Amino acid sequence: MILYDYILSPSCYKVRLLASLLDAPLELRAVDFHPGREHKGPELLALNPAGSIPILVDDDLVLRESAAMLTYVAARHGPDWLAVDDPIAVTQQQQWLAFSHRLTSALGGARLVEMLHFEGDLAALQANGIAALRELELALFARRLTGGVFLVGDTPSVSDIACFPYVALAPDGSVSLDSYPSIRIWMRAIRALPGFIEMPGIHRLHELAPDPFAEAST
Amino acid sequence: MTAQAMRDAWYPVGLLSQLSFEGKDSLLLGQKITICGAETGAPRVESDGRNLPVVERFGHLWTTLGAPNKDLFTIPEADHPDRTRVDVGVVRVKCSPLRAVENFLDVAHFPFVHTDILGAESHPEVSEYKVEIRDDVDEVWATKVEFFQPQAAKSAGGGITTEYMYRVPAPTCSILYKTCPPRPDEWDVIALFVQPLTEDLCDVWPWMALFDDESAMTDLIHFQQLIFLQDRSILENQIPKRLPLDPAMETPTRADLTSIAYRRWLKRHNYTFGAQLVAE
Repeated sequence: MILYDYILSPSCYKVRLLASLLDAPLELRAVDFHPGREHKGPELLALNPAGSIPILVDDDLVLRESAAMLTYVAARHGPDWLAVDDPIAVTQQQQWLAFSHRLTSALGGARLVEMLHFEGDLAALQANGIAALRELELALFARRLTGGVFLVGDTPSVSDIACFPYVALAPDGSVSLDSYPSIRIWMRAIRALPGFIEMPGIHRLHELAPDPFAEAST
Repeated sequence: MTAQAMRDAWYPVGLLSQLSFEGKDSLLLGQKITICGAETGAPRVESDGRNLPVVERFGHLWTTLGAPNKDLFTIPEADHPDRTRVDVGVVRVKCSPLRAVENFLDVAHFPFVHTDILGAESHPEVSEYKVEIRDDVDEVWATKVEFFQPQAAKSAGGGITTEYMYRVPAPTCSILYKTCPPRPDEWDVIALFVQPLTEDLCDVWPWMALFDDESAMTDLIHFQQLIFLQDRSILENQIPKRLPLDPAMETPTRADLTSIAYRRWLKRHNYTFGAQLVAE
């Protein structure tokens, strides 16, 4: 699998992150998105007429949507990360994958305006982003009441990976995460997964302070 | 009112390769400016109905609101024909322009912010180094800075002890010279050019001149953007927002020597846009 990748793209990071969590081999091909706008050049437009990245190529298969890429990587390397049997879980997964696009356009849009000089109506993007975060917070709060941490089922899934990056990077677009406790607990659970990798702006978990009583007992 | 001293300095306002012919509005020291590329002749920067002085250097367009008493600094090492010069592109940061430079001068944060790339949590120690304000050139210099780095550059295969020199030739610009893995007797040049928009907002234009025959240009850009964007979230959360120049404000340690010299030099020249002079 070859990922046409940009180090600062949260959508590219979704694919890198899932591949790392599932220990799936992934070859990276760096795309000069900023400042070079290589994704709008002829070579990449031939692969993806939409002019966006990431693009995932596996032999003859060319994927242009990050949700499809997550589904493909999970189907190949970690079927447990996909809901397939339970009709409700399958539907919820679809819903979260679609919801992740709202996060991309709103929070991701605000981030591009605030950070990389893109054009856009910042206030409207931020307002849409906050509306989406409020929905996510409510859903995760409801999950916590029944003992759940992740969006669908008892274990992490493609739904979590699809939603995590743009949420975690909301502060890049000047949208604070301070007022969403359930989102913060959910993000911590994702960052604690074995095989988690970071991207700029999303830091790894540092080790907790050592147990102050551990030494006394030995 | 902006102190005159900073109005008389040079600032980057755009990549020469990406200037807009229609003109692009921006800010410099809180004042509105318009940057226009030109099909022929020199690009222009306008403010308040007048054309500002411009210089084209290091892949960027530079301007000033005042009357600088010297030319924009040079980086002779960067002129070597074998070097790859990398326009990294702009990143906007909600922080004081002086904070952005100060963070660039600090090595102690490497293990914690650039973990396993520019530093390792198992090697946090900053050994002794030398800092001076060179009066003849009026620049801050830090030399003999040594640090263990797991992946010092795109061209570094594994962990090495890297030697650094830092230079501050202008209030919002800093140049880092560091060990060049493929050419041990040369230095890689990594610069941070900061355009002060307001006292707590800046556009940062990183730029590099490297010896690296192996890596693709895009990989070099990504590496530098990776590093700088790791800093961005830290910079945006620093308190107080403006750089404190009051010595009563913070207790520095030995590892902060470059920062202390930078703050002292800023204060001496009245470079105070983005600084906090009295503790609040």
